[in-house]
Amino acid sequence: MSTTTATETTAPRTTPSRPAAHRDHAPIPFTRLVSVEARKMFNTRSGFWMMTSIVLLALAATATTILFTDPEDLDYGRFAGAIGTPMAIILPMVAVLAVTSEWSQRSALTTFTLVPSRNRVIAAKAVVTVLVGVISMVIATAVGALGNVVGTAIAGVDPVWSFSLREFGQIVLANEIGMFIGFTLGVLIRNSPGAIVGYFVFSLVLPGISGALAASQQWYADNVGWVDLNWTTYKLFDSELSSTEWSQLAFTTTLWVLVPLALGLVLLRRSEVK
Amino acid sequence: MITVESLTKTYRGFTAVNDVSFQARPGRVTGFLGPNGAGKSTTMRIMVGLTEATSGRATILGRAFAELPNPGREVGVLLDASAQHAGRTGREILTVAQRTMGLPRRRVDEMLDLVSLTEAESQRRVRHYSLGMRQRLGIAAALIGDPEVLILDEPANGLDPAGIRWMRDLLRDYANRGGTVLLSSHLLHEIEVIADDLVMIGNGRIVAEGTKAELLTAAGTLVRSNAGAALAQALRNAGQPVTQSADGALHTEASAEVVGEIALAAHIPLTELRSAEVAGLEEMFLELTAETQREGAAA
Repeated sequence: MSTTTATETTAPRTTPSRPAAHRDHAPIPFTRLVSVEARKMFNTRSGFWMMTSIVLLALAATATTILFTDPEDLDYGRFAGAIGTPMAIILPMVAVLAVTSEWSQRSALTTFTLVPSRNRVIAAKAVVTVLVGVISMVIATAVGALGNVVGTAIAGVDPVWSFSLREFGQIVLANEIGMFIGFTLGVLIRNSPGAIVGYFVFSLVLPGISGALAASQQWYADNVGWVDLNWTTYKLFDSELSSTEWSQLAFTTTLWVLVPLALGLVLLRRSEVK
Repeated sequence: MITVESLTKTYRGFTAVNDVSFQARPGRVTGFLGPNGAGKSTTMRIMVGLTEATSGRATILGRAFAELPNPGREVGVLLDASAQHAGRTGREILTVAQRTMGLPRRRVDEMLDLVSLTEAESQRRVRHYSLGMRQRLGIAAALIGDPEVLILDEPANGLDPAGIRWMRDLLRDYANRGGTVLLSSHLLHEIEVIADDLVMIGNGRIVAEGTKAELLTAAGTLVRSNAGAALAQALRNAGQPVTQSADGALHTEASAEVVGEIALAAHIPLTELRSAEVAGLEEMFLELTAETQREGAAA
């Protein structure tokens, strides 16, 4: 995406404006855009508290697990599950707002006059979204591990580490998919309340409709894995996927995330920023 | 240097900007003047790539805006001082701009200083800023990259008289150092005290364009005499059409020099002779935009 910048420096075509003018400036590197977009996620009041709440909720979920779980049932998987639920809700919101706040707060006017390539800005936001997802999950895992050590020590039982790297990887992937559903809705709708409502319709309402359809239509029940992204993503949380299930996950992610995202980017590039 | 060539923007049959061409030149302040809804903001948004033109093009320093490798270093833009994340502090907004452009960190403090925002104010969130403070912050953000060109949409909105004076001095100095300034306004008086060149737009079309001096000349001459009727007759005899206003002043399109000579030849003493200036320009502004203004349409 930086290919367009290579030829620019050659063209002081019209009359130079002032004697000392035409300092040729280096193009803005993509890494700088990523660091600026990362900063913008934290430097607003709402952004700061959203990020902080990820850690706070992980701690709260851990404390609740220690308090309300039978000591013999305590194992690492239990902590991971408790922390995973708030993550699965907050992380997509982070992804939605990373995109939509530019429009809802109208800062897009400044953003796109400093960086005219809207694709580069959105790509930088996507990179930051991936990083936030991974880092949040690492923090969650660490908090869960701490909870497991402390919780079992309080209960006087040996800690059980019933959690594999594969499971961790699958849960990270599931959360990243959730985030990119939010990101895609953000790019398509470009309005914070609208995209957030859209996300909850997708994640809470559609599974019900899909389930009802599967219960009444056998052909749908047989093929739900090729249609329902929520269904394929849930699989990531509780089992090792078969190769068919991986294919279904890839297909539904393409159908519900990649294709709409590509469409959204085309529309976003053409849209008028006011 | 800003060059606008045959710019047209159509929205489903409505033409917001209609074949607009003009230049804003270095070392000069160009005033972009027109009533509300005339197409000023749309033209400016097209210049900086926020809106796509239907046809025609705009270049800045010889390039389309999207081709500038680091636009903030070449063009300072302030289109809407309120278009900022309300939950971000003023300092953070400047810091984001400073980092995006790859500038040294001290530029943030230099700019805060330049626009007279205090340290305490800079750490407040923009939500709590007055419109005047937002304009100052917006001007700081536009200038932080030390650009050669400034594009400002209604920058005087919300500034108090001292603030307007401050901005006028700032822009004058900027142009005197060789910068190009394009600023828009729907208020003639605001523009005419600062602009060297004027571009008047109404209903999406350019209705007048030129240096302020040229436009003032076009505005004609105002002349008074105790022998008003005789003077009017003398001017008409010399082939100069004259209009007389209620207070007895005569208005003619002839230059002050020509009017003086005619009066001398006719032995008529004058009590006042000057270029019509403000009144003339304002009349011209109202006249040129009359058909396009909402008030005009209703009348």
